[in-house]
Amino acid sequence: MSVGTGSSQSVYPVSPGEETIREAILAVIVDNEPGVLARVVGLISARGYNIESLTVAETDVEKHRSRITIVTRGTPSKVEQIKAQLGRLVPVRRVIDVTAETDALERELALVKIVGKGEQRVEAMRLSGIFRARAVDTTHTSFVFEVTGAREKINAFIDLMRPLGLIEVARTGVLSIRRGPESD
Amino acid sequence: MTAPTARPKAAAPETAAAAATKAGAELLLDALEEQGVEVIFGYPGGAVLPIYDALYARDTIRHVLVRHEQGAVHAAEGYARSTGKPGVVLVTSGPGATNAVTGLADALLDSIPVVCITGQVARKLIGTDAFQECDTIGITRACTKHNYLVPSAERLSSIVHEAFHVATNGRPGPVLIDIPKDVQFEEAVYVARERAAKRDCVARPPVDRAKIAQAVEMMRRARRPVLYTGGGVVNAGRIACDALRVLARDTGFPVTSTLMGLGAFPASDPKWLGMLGMHGSVEANNAMHDCDLMIAVGARFDDRVTGRLDAFSPDSRKIHIDIDPSSINKNVPVDLAIVGDAGEVMAALLAEWRARAKEDPLDDGRLALWRAQIDEWRAKRCFAYEPSRKVIKPQHAIERLYALTRGRDVYVTTEVGQHQMWAAQFFHFDEPNRWMTSGGLGTMGYGLPAAIGVQAAHPGALVIDIAGDASVQMTLQEMATAVQHRLPIKVFILNNEYLGMVRQWQELLHGGRYSHSYSASLPDFVKLAEAYGAVGLRATTPDELDAKIMEMIACDRPVLFDCVVSKEENVFPMIPSGAAHNEMLLGAVAGDKVSAEGRTLV
Repeated sequence: MSVGTGSSQSVYPVSPGEETIREAILAVIVDNEPGVLARVVGLISARGYNIESLTVAETDVEKHRSRITIVTRGTPSKVEQIKAQLGRLVPVRRVIDVTAETDALERELALVKIVGKGEQRVEAMRLSGIFRARAVDTTHTSFVFEVTGAREKINAFIDLMRPLGLIEVARTGVLSIRRGPESD
Repeated sequence: MTAPTARPKAAAPETAAAAATKAGAELLLDALEEQGVEVIFGYPGGAVLPIYDALYARDTIRHVLVRHEQGAVHAAEGYARSTGKPGVVLVTSGPGATNAVTGLADALLDSIPVVCITGQVARKLIGTDAFQECDTIGITRACTKHNYLVPSAERLSSIVHEAFHVATNGRPGPVLIDIPKDVQFEEAVYVARERAAKRDCVARPPVDRAKIAQAVEMMRRARRPVLYTGGGVVNAGRIACDALRVLARDTGFPVTSTLMGLGAFPASDPKWLGMLGMHGSVEANNAMHDCDLMIAVGARFDDRVTGRLDAFSPDSRKIHIDIDPSSINKNVPVDLAIVGDAGEVMAALLAEWRARAKEDPLDDGRLALWRAQIDEWRAKRCFAYEPSRKVIKPQHAIERLYALTRGRDVYVTTEVGQHQMWAAQFFHFDEPNRWMTSGGLGTMGYGLPAAIGVQAAHPGALVIDIAGDASVQMTLQEMATAVQHRLPIKVFILNNEYLGMVRQWQELLHGGRYSHSYSASLPDFVKLAEAYGAVGLRATTPDELDAKIMEMIACDRPVLFDCVVSKEENVFPMIPSGAAHNEMLLGAVAGDKVSAEGRTLV
């Protein structure tokens, strides 16, 4: 029997190297029980996937359900594998690939501390207005701004603040939810 | 056992008797009894003394005292794999739990249902670095399917029932229950199995009819098909094995299997290709490489099976049937994935195949060329070896062991290494649940305690651990367990005075530099057996082999059989690391056959 020398008949690429890397925002609905975050994070690190951001809080007090939002990167097959592996965990109820939905809402909150005097201070205050950031703490030498929005907006705000005396940033990580009347 | 009682929160009216409370240790044993547990493999210690105290008063559950906690888990695995029921382990906190870790990892990789109960220090001591405290839940998180720290006696029986549910449903695996010592004393009401809340995390998905029809269409078009079956078929039970047999008969498709799946399909069937993979048969590996349709059932495209991924079965369409969605497209992308129980899916395939064949019969000759090709590969007789009349060849020893035990009720376990591969090549199985080996983790020391677990489940059977001189020493202390519990296991050691598989790789890949692979200072296994109160036998020439094997079989006590074999025999055929299925080595070769990339692979 001759072995075919042409390309694979398989409808999927045989070589995994051909796929492009994409970002995925996964919402993982879990039973809120001790150790559940360790299970989710441990699985991701043990299998060599990256976490770019992670947020978690209980979202349904009666059912003891928490929503973990994970931002990760990988080829489409890698993302599918992460979803399937997460789905195997006993306390995991659902894994939703939010980025697979078109145009999902994405928000992040950041607290940005600026230390400075004079002209820099005025400029920081002026820019914060453009970004609709709120000064939540003020002294004669510092501001703490609270800014919300998509990651790009927060990144842009932080970049602009850097030369104006930015000394510390705290970010929540990404939250995401589907638009429209449907729920996940 | 107590009558089923209502949970305090439940709406059902409670009678005074039903609300009676019991200590946590009693609740645990009640739950184990209700789950049908007959045997526990365990080792007592401070943090489980209340449970052992409760066990003392009952004769419903048998306890097998092992000599090391790793042995307890392997014994439970042997019990589980030979019966299809979950194995149960009971060990103490700290070192008891950490010693069990290797066994748990082994059970996880081979998908074996095991429930491991560990003691933990009292709740108020957790986190204080108390005596024999360790973070059992943290340590075992990555080597169990799921684990529980029991927060109170009230939750204990529900957790035990859920643990058995998780261990045995979906893709099976080990589940650990960590019980603080004060919870074992705390009083609570028993929750019966049917009232216990069980999460639907491992629900069995319904079979997708459209995909079945699509699969059958692909099967009808195939001219070079192969069924690639794995341990999942054995795990899916007798029904799945029967479904596989009928499916192969009706379709005429040849069948190969992974190391884990041996016995699901009878080795005596002419459609059997033998095991595939690194040390599999030429006909199985070539069939995998050249096929136009591969149907993987309960197999996970392990690296020992696929060889070089980018050269793996390049011209085939692939159907993957698996209970675990994460196995699909993990290593090898497939064209059609059917998530479900192997038995149910194969039964659905068979029904659809028959319905289609009735309305539109297929030409019988369509597979004739493929069969002729397979026969040509078979004619190479890839397992042939150079016989000897002076020394016992290890292959010959297994062949004789197989021949002399035919017709008996035989179960075989193995350790890990060359002897394991020779056992897989030369000992043939016609039935499932007869072959217990550490496939995924490759745990040396698995076979002896696993044999103890098998023998505990099947007291009248002939249970043989095919072992190597190096592997067997990793859990040799369990000979005392076998003697104490009158479990007449037969440990058949292929003694080549080497860490044989390490030596083979050093010969083929590392220029024959045998770095630390010679087993110096081996014990005298015959005297050692006698020291344990077991029977020691030794065979050193081919002439005496048969008589000694018969003596071993006839013995009603545990036996250590020292089978002195030729020292530098290698396992062939072999797909070197980083090579493709059609690049098998059939005999002695030089080290430069293996690519630099291949050498970096294990």
